[in-house]
Amino acid sequence: MLFSQLGYYSLIFALIFSVILIPTVHRDLKIVNNVINPNILTVVFLQLFLVLLSFICLVISFINSDFSNETVYNHSHTTKPLFYKISGTWGNHEGSLLLCLLILILFIFIFLLTSKKEPKKYRIFTLLFQQIIIIGFFLFLLITSNPFNYLFPIPTEGLGLNPILQDPALAIHPPILYLGYIGSSIIFSSSLAAITQNYVNNKWAKNLKNWVIVSWFFLTIGIMLGSIWAYYELGWGGFWFWDPVENISLMPWLCLTALIHSIIVLEKRSLLASWTLILSITSFTLSMCGTFLVRSGILNSVHTFANDPKRGIFILIFLFVLILIALFIFFVLYKPKKEQQKNFLFSKETSILLNNCFMMYFLSVVLVGTVYPIFLEVIADEKISVGPPFYTKLLIPFLIPFLILMTIGPNTKWIKDNFNFINVRLILLFIISILLSYLILREIGLRGLFSTVLIGSALYLFFITVMDFFVKNQINLSQKISHFGFSLLVLSIILNGIFSSEIITNIKVGEKYDFKRGSIYFEKINNFEKQNYISIVGTFRIYDDNGKEIYLKPELRIFNQPKMITSEADIKTSFYSDKFLVMNLVKGNDFYNIKYQTKPFMIWIWLSTIILASGGLVNFFYKKIK
Amino acid sequence: MYGKKVKLRALFISLLLVSVILSIFLVLKSLEENVIYFQSPTEIRNLSEIDNKKIRIGGMVKDHSILINPDKITFVITDFKNEINVSYSGAVPNLFEEGKGVVAEGFLKDRNFFIADKILAKHDENYMPPEVKEALEGK
Repeated sequence: MLFSQLGYYSLIFALIFSVILIPTVHRDLKIVNNVINPNILTVVFLQLFLVLLSFICLVISFINSDFSNETVYNHSHTTKPLFYKISGTWGNHEGSLLLCLLILILFIFIFLLTSKKEPKKYRIFTLLFQQIIIIGFFLFLLITSNPFNYLFPIPTEGLGLNPILQDPALAIHPPILYLGYIGSSIIFSSSLAAITQNYVNNKWAKNLKNWVIVSWFFLTIGIMLGSIWAYYELGWGGFWFWDPVENISLMPWLCLTALIHSIIVLEKRSLLASWTLILSITSFTLSMCGTFLVRSGILNSVHTFANDPKRGIFILIFLFVLILIALFIFFVLYKPKKEQQKNFLFSKETSILLNNCFMMYFLSVVLVGTVYPIFLEVIADEKISVGPPFYTKLLIPFLIPFLILMTIGPNTKWIKDNFNFINVRLILLFIISILLSYLILREIGLRGLFSTVLIGSALYLFFITVMDFFVKNQINLSQKISHFGFSLLVLSIILNGIFSSEIITNIKVGEKYDFKRGSIYFEKINNFEKQNYISIVGTFRIYDDNGKEIYLKPELRIFNQPKMITSEADIKTSFYSDKFLVMNLVKGNDFYNIKYQTKPFMIWIWLSTIILASGGLVNFFYKKIK
Repeated sequence: MYGKKVKLRALFISLLLVSVILSIFLVLKSLEENVIYFQSPTEIRNLSEIDNKKIRIGGMVKDHSILINPDKITFVITDFKNEINVSYSGAVPNLFEEGKGVVAEGFLKDRNFFIADKILAKHDENYMPPEVKEALEGK
């Protein structure tokens, strides 16, 4: 009760601070000096404090199971473990928006603190644009999805959190992902501010690069956590399914990745300024579109919360306003400086430009595959879906030139490189990679020029990046780490795809199922009473192709509130491969539906993603060490 | 006639244009091949001819229709006007139940028989695929 009130009013006061900020900022803009009025910082700090207070109030309401709060009532339950009571705060629409708002303000505060060397007007305009987004979120929150709605009479028990969300990976997945999504808001605001101040130059790029890398890092880790969760909790038994919601997080990721590269060109060579601006604006727009599509219920998926058309329309209007502002500023106010510098065909600039072309191609494929079904439904009232072959067919062939480019690109020089195609080292390594890939494929009885070249080029990138680590001159360490991680990722994904095998069958307790290279024996089933669910654990003894005996114990959880069954896969992870067993129950039957999978190099997919992401972090720490 | 720079730029732009057009063509063609249409049992009954494209069928699992043996599961999808028999060998989602909504993906054998290779998971007790909801509301 008390905390809901406190949370609600601190939100309103925080919104008032946004309004107060405008005249203060206006006055400060007239004063010609290079220091922002400390009052502005104080106001932003107070705003941050109030929203944080509001968020903490919501968390406390969840911990206390205060069912007079509608959000708590809808998404919590007294028997839920404390950990999931807390994570339930952002496991729903209202709470997650409040978290977004908190991050928006936190980021602009950090921006103001860390940008003291930048021109004053640029900082103030960034703050202004960020405040437009913040006010939009405030209104959205207070008008359509107030997290502190009061319920009377007070219910004695809540409806409970969707059991599939009661999972450690998913408890931290949303906050990390939001850090990535919302991080792009700073990129958006400061790009617009830089345009208005005619400050689009290499100095700006150098500072903005840090923000790009930060949001890219969090987005990468956030996507990975979601992917790990889908792997074991949804029982899908893989790492990527081209589900619309996955695609929606991939699109800003591709855009940010392109931006990381183009912003380096702007920093070092003062080129590609307009293109960098377009990418900055697009990254944030794509993040917001993601929010719109997921929250409005247009995309039906794991993430669809209770749908409310009003919310969809609000986000749509908000999105349009933001895009209009951005377009207006970009096309009317932006005065591109004449790029006087000479370009040559063989240079780092060109290879980065090519990288961006590939990124945009990947992005458009994902965009078309995700949006086309919605489009067709609206236009022709036909319901369709786009299957995974669409993506694999269009993306994988282009990986080959992309990978080869990734090896050559970083080794070229800026401005002009007399790239020597008859570089013995490079050619020799390429031949070795192709040969190695041919041998690997022959070993497993697979053939085909395409797979040979694909694995070959991934190996090529792998070798080149490994060799580059031993070159004394350690500039671009973060680039090397990230590219190395990417080559490892591609390799593990391809090998995972080739070597994966699965067996699906329906089996009763005490039965044995023989397959080509082994057998599965369903030994027994045990029931356990847990805090808010009943756990059914099956014990399976599996003889593998190499005669090894392993036990796997997949679990079914029958939750009390809401009444729902989830299955927890049992996974034996090893260096080379994962053994994955998931069990499902068909009601009113003695049969259990089981899926047994051998997934090679699964752990390498997660590890290489971490390596890929950590390349970004190294950028910060390495500088400090130097 | 023209300077080297202009020529280079023209070459670059035309190359870019060609690759953009090529990739659009590729994307559209691949889209056409990989689109999966959604149909209700009634729509299938009214089909004039059966082609071997992958489709999705949505409806309710008919009561007392689920039969399981070690290799496969058979059941009946109904939209309360027409029915279709489905044979499926694969992993079933947890909320696959008689009297609940379901979406099956696979190939038609004939107008009465469907071989599914995927049953789509629902993640929420109350959630019904929009396709099913509409098919049921249209009855």
